Amino acid sequence: MADAHLETLWVYLAASPLLGLTATLLAYSLAYRLFERAGSHPLLHPVVTAVAMLIGFLLLADIDYRSYFDGAQFVHFLLGPATVALAVPLYQQLPKLRRLWAPVLVATLAGVAVGAASSVGFAVLFGADLQTQLSLAPKSVTAPVAMGISEQIGGLPSLTAVLVVVTGILGAVLGSHLFRLLRIRDDSVKGIAMGITAHGIGTARAFQLSREMGAFSGLAMALSALTGALLVPLLLGWLGMI
Amino acid sequence: MPLIYGMTVLLVYQLVGEVGVRALGLAVPGPVAGMLLLLLTLAARRGVPDGLDRIAHGLLGHLSLLFVPAGVGLMVYFERIGAEWLPILLTLVLSTLLTMAVTALVMLGVVRLVRAHGDNDG
Repeated sequence: MADAHLETLWVYLAASPLLGLTATLLAYSLAYRLFERAGSHPLLHPVVTAVAMLIGFLLLADIDYRSYFDGAQFVHFLLGPATVALAVPLYQQLPKLRRLWAPVLVATLAGVAVGAASSVGFAVLFGADLQTQLSLAPKSVTAPVAMGISEQIGGLPSLTAVLVVVTGILGAVLGSHLFRLLRIRDDSVKGIAMGITAHGIGTARAFQLSREMGAFSGLAMALSALTGALLVPLLLGWLGMI
Repeated sequence: MPLIYGMTVLLVYQLVGEVGVRALGLAVPGPVAGMLLLLLTLAARRGVPDGLDRIAHGLLGHLSLLFVPAGVGLMVYFERIGAEWLPILLTLVLSTLLTMAVTALVMLGVVRLVRAHGDNDG
């Protein structure tokens, strides 16, 4: 009797958006606390640990991704308003951008082109499937935009979403080391490189390092979304991929 | 109230952006168009209202959280990723490093060019 009751309760919870949403926030809070305890080590980036915890939980509880997403979509939805919100730090950094608009523009075009061409190039070289190659092409562009590009060029949008997240984590983890190796100290340059390569996750990391780096990273992420949406399909057409 | 006002501004600009790009048939994503419109508005009124500033920093301060649901989507692609994990991982690592290095070096190069040019002018 008690078992039957528990099972009804479980059936309700597993199908209700409440579980997916609560689990997402709980996992992130735990992951964030762990990250802070570890002195903000990028390998313990809260996205990595939260995603690992959630996948583990869903597999154990035998809940499929779609049921989970019914709840998690409320968090996912905020990616749109957050993209719009980038206008605020961008506006606050305008005086700096006015001085740097030429370098920022050229670096953005170069970065977006190299990002798309090199991911397709390496994927071909290492023998990935065509659909994987296409899904990799917009990997440096922020998730909602990258998914749109992926769909447009014939990739798998949800695979792209995952590749975008992994790229963001790699960028956030490797960025500081790469900048040290290349002896780059200027926060505006680091921010632009971070935002072009590692979009929102890189930008989140950049904001932890300095507000200026974060603002430039946010700017670069916005610019890469804009240029990526136009340039990536064009570039792939030109390379004869689509 | 200021937070509600701020969130409403963000949603209105996103909505205008989404409707605008569809109406005009542009290839730009709706939220990106909304961001540009909001940037123009802020520049025109020369300042960020308090509520908008707070909600923007709140959202951007925990941007990582918003990527979690998409990241969990990894579980749908276990099979494809299992079969192709090595090419995918190599591609992601190498392309990420290359993109970051090229972007940073190109920007540094142009900064120096502009500065040298400015010095000549001066």
